[in-house]
Parts: sequence; C-alpha cells; structure tokens
Amino acid sequence: MSVPQSILNKIPKSGRRKIKVRRNYQYAGYLYILPWLIGLLIFQLYPFISSLYYSFTDYNMVSAPKWVGLDNYHKIFTEDPDFYQSLKVTGIYVLLAVPVKLAFALFVAMLLSAKLRAINFFRTVYYLPSILGGSVAISVLWRFLFMKEGVVNSLLARVHLGPVDWLGSPDIALYTLGLLTVWQFGSSMVLFLAGIQQIPNDLYEAGSIDGASRFSMFFRITVPMLTPIVLFNLVMQMVNAFQEFTGAFVITHGGPMKSTYLYALKLYEEAFTFFKMGYASALSWILFLIIMAVTAVIFKSSGGWVHYEDGGK
Amino acid sequence: MRELQHDSKNSWLNYIFLIVLGLVMVYPLIWLFTSSFKTNADIFGSSRLLPTTYVWDAYKLGWQGTGQYGFEDFFINTLKLVIPTVIFTIVSSVLVAYGFARFNFPLKTLLFSVMIATLMLPNASVMIPRYILFNKLGWLDTYLPFIIPAAFATSAFFIYLMIQFIRGLPRDLDEAATIDGCNSFTVLTRVLLPLCKPAIFSVGIFQFMWTWNDFFNSIIYISSVSKFTISLGLRLSLDASSAVSWNQVLAMSVVSIVPCVLLFFFCQKYFVEGISTTGLKG
Repeated sequence: MSVPQSILNKIPKSGRRKIKVRRNYQYAGYLYILPWLIGLLIFQLYPFISSLYYSFTDYNMVSAPKWVGLDNYHKIFTEDPDFYQSLKVTGIYVLLAVPVKLAFALFVAMLLSAKLRAINFFRTVYYLPSILGGSVAISVLWRFLFMKEGVVNSLLARVHLGPVDWLGSPDIALYTLGLLTVWQFGSSMVLFLAGIQQIPNDLYEAGSIDGASRFSMFFRITVPMLTPIVLFNLVMQMVNAFQEFTGAFVITHGGPMKSTYLYALKLYEEAFTFFKMGYASALSWILFLIIMAVTAVIFKSSGGWVHYEDGGK
Repeated sequence: MRELQHDSKNSWLNYIFLIVLGLVMVYPLIWLFTSSFKTNADIFGSSRLLPTTYVWDAYKLGWQGTGQYGFEDFFINTLKLVIPTVIFTIVSSVLVAYGFARFNFPLKTLLFSVMIATLMLPNASVMIPRYILFNKLGWLDTYLPFIIPAAFATSAFFIYLMIQFIRGLPRDLDEAATIDGCNSFTVLTRVLLPLCKPAIFSVGIFQFMWTWNDFFNSIIYISSVSKFTISLGLRLSLDASSAVSWNQVLAMSVVSIVPCVLLFFFCQKYFVEGISTTGLKG
C-alpha cells in the first residue's frame, strides 16, 4: 500500500525524508522465504531455462544432449502432422470447455448464493465432483457411463433417443471429454460464490428502488462486480485446459482417429514413451508461448471489461 | 408482505432447481457405487440404478488384485507418498507466507510478483527438465520427486492462500507478543499458528486430495508395480481385466475415492468458508 500523494504533501520536507530513511528492513524475512527461494531456483527457474536449452538438442537420456539448433522446431512445423492435429483439438477443447465451465460455475454460484436452508449441504454436493478431479476413478466412471452400451445411452433409449457413440465417434469424443471438465466446475464456482457474497447489498437495494429487474441487476451489478474473478478463473482454467491429460489418456487414449489427441498427450508420448526429450522440450516451449500469448491477450483486453471497485490499482 | 411472498415463491423455485441439478451432478457417483454390486450384464445396457442381482464379492476380489500386488499395497504406497508431501507442504508454505506477510525486506515486491507469476507457469514447461534432473539425482521410481519439491514450497497457490490468511490477522498480536519477549519464530509458532488453523486445514486437505488423485506425476515417476499408487493400480486393473469382472474395477474406483469423499465431508466447513474468507481479495 502506498501513501497517497495528498498526505505526503502535508508532511514537511524534512519529515518526508525521515519516512524514507526509516524503512527498517527486517532481514529475517529472507530466512522464512528461503525454502521457496531455493525451490524456485532448483525446481522452477532452472528447469524452465534448461528446457529452452534442451529444445535445441537431440537428447534421449542415454547419450549426452547433441546441439541441433532449430531442427526440432523445424521438424515440428513441417514434418509432424500430429502436432497440428493436437493443436487443433486442444484449441477446440479450450475454446469450448473453458467458457461453458465458467458460465455454468457462475450460474450455480448464483443459485447457491441464495439464503436457503441446507445451503451448505448443496454447496458440498456441487463441489464433490471437482474434488475427485482428475482422478483415474472418475475417468473409469466416465468411460463406463459413455460407452456405447453405457448408462447414458440406456437413459436416452428410454426417451427413444440415440444411441450416440459418445467415445467412439471422432466427431463427438472430444465433447464428451469436455463434458467431464465442465462437470468439475467447483473451484471456479467457489470463487464466484465468495465474490457474490462480497458485493455490497446497497447496490441491489439501490437497483430495486430504481425498479431494475432481477435480470438487469444480474447483468448491471453482479456480472461487473465479478469481472476480476472472471479474469482470474479464465486465466487459471485456460492454463489448465491447455494441459489436460488424464481424461484423454485413460478414457480415449487420444482416439478415435486422434480426435482427442490433446497437446499434453502428444507431449507425454514424445517425452516419456519415445524419450525424445529435446523434441518434447521444443513442443513444451511452443505450448508455453501459446499460453503466454493467450494470457497476454486476455490481460490486454481486460482493461475493457474488468471492473475494479477502486478504479484499478 | 408482497415482498415476502415473492421471495418464498422464488426460494421454492431455487430449491427445485438445486435438487434436480444436484441429482444430475451426483448421479454418476451414485451409479458408480451401486454398480459395484452389479453383474457385467447389469452394468451394460441397463439404465437401472440398482442391481437386479446383487454381487457382494467385488470389493473383496478387487482388493486382492490379480497379480502379485493388490490394493492394500497401493493404498499403503499412496499414504507413504501423500502424508510426507502434505506435511512438508504445510510447513513450507506457512514459513514462506509468514515471511511475505509480516516482513519487509529488499526486493520483496519483486519476489512476490515472481511467486504470483509461477502460479500461472504451466507445468508442461518444467516437467521434462525436472524429470531429467530427478533422473540424474537417482530419484526416479521413488516418492522423492513429490516430497522434496513440497518441502521447498513449489506450489504458489498454497503460499498465496496462507499469505492472504495471515494478512487478515491483526498485527497488534505480533507486537504484543514481541513486547512479551517473543522472537519472530515464537510469534509464528505460539501466536499465529493456532489462529491459522482454518487456512492450514484448507492447504492440507487440498494437497491431500490433489496428491492422492494425481495421475500424471505418478505415471512418469513411478515405474515398479511394487511402488504403484492407487491411480496407477486402478489403471493397471482397468487394463488387466479385459471384459472379465468390471464390477471389481468399479468397486476399486469407489474405494480409491472414499478417503477423499470422507475427508471432504468432514472438513467441508473449512473448504467453503476457508476459501471465501481468504478469498481473492487484493
């Protein structure tokens, strides 16, 4: 927190200098953050930088890394059709799953913000699928639910629909996996819920005095007040969605016809099945740059749609 | 009066909506549980939730496993991995959060920004060199790649959560304790730590569940079946039992999520409230 200029101006010049001098650093702070600092260097910064180095090498973990310059990148862009396929399905996946998930999370958060009896019970129930998250058990479950003879088709048959080949059809499988992600909207929902509860009630009272409908209050008050949380959720969920792995790996193995061959799957196979560490590092750097670019676009645009109560700080 | 009627009608609608949607949400989980008592024929091609014929031995047989190692081993392995990871995560993130929340030192703002930035650093961009590093250190096929990074507070999310919580505690407490003769470490252990209980619970529960359910790191770091975690064991049984006894696979899926579900239900008040109080302010 900085001291506002108006207050600073009231302090005599000599006094002002005293404030600056009396900063009084407490070096013990370093001692406490030391574990993080070491962890940052060894487990984050060093790997991050060395992955750039590896991306210019040919390295199979047996013989020493061999410098190949831009070869890996060249191969990725010109000789690897799987790269474009994985990029395409990941793009579709991110573009669909993330907005639908956030919209759903906001919708449920609105429902759960009502002052009702047993509301905590409902919150728990709605959060439950999310805590089980990317577990293999849930992937197993999804496979059973959506296989051709699975429950979902049996339920559809009752109303004389289907059967739909949820996981076997290249046109649909990706959406079936997307549905699994949407089902786990809990963590975004909890943040929305916390945000809704912090919106001052007088805004709604003022709104209802002005005769605003619930609908317009939602779009004029609730949504603008929640935009900082939308921004946070959007970025975090986007970063996660780009790296989605377990579902595609356990449920569909990337198939049918590579229709669910998400980028993380491609990365996993190159690195840990074929041990082409240099090539995989190049792939990971391309993913990193894509994620950074998308994040930058989101942040750049956020000035236009994110509303801060105190006018931004 | 009119307002009241309006509200009660609305809350009825809310209830109905919440119940219907809630059923849709948990239906898959209920199905998972009931189907672990079904026969194969019942699992496929039937939309009935309850079994037509009950099979009771899926849990017993599934637990034994098919090969040399059963789920008892996978469970014990998972605990050996998860418990140290959780403890180290809590200790390290409390210490680091205390440093950031209560001390003023050169470059603090910069370091804090770096910490927040790592929140968004994709795991994909560090996982390959980390793997190579752990290979050089001889840590592959051990649980050290999970435990040691936890001891060094590599999860920015937990540090941030703790910082937000500690910032919410009045500084007067620290000052009073200092006057009473506490040094900065005893201020932390005797004064702040007891107050941080809700946040510590949140960190612990989250880390427990994430590590418990983690599949990606398990599959890249653990290779011998004797060290398999639940996730790996489950996938092993999924691949092994080709069309034989699916109820056993489902039963073991249930068993593997039970600890998380129980923990969640017992600690749910920390979950929702812990997050909304530490929240997203700032």
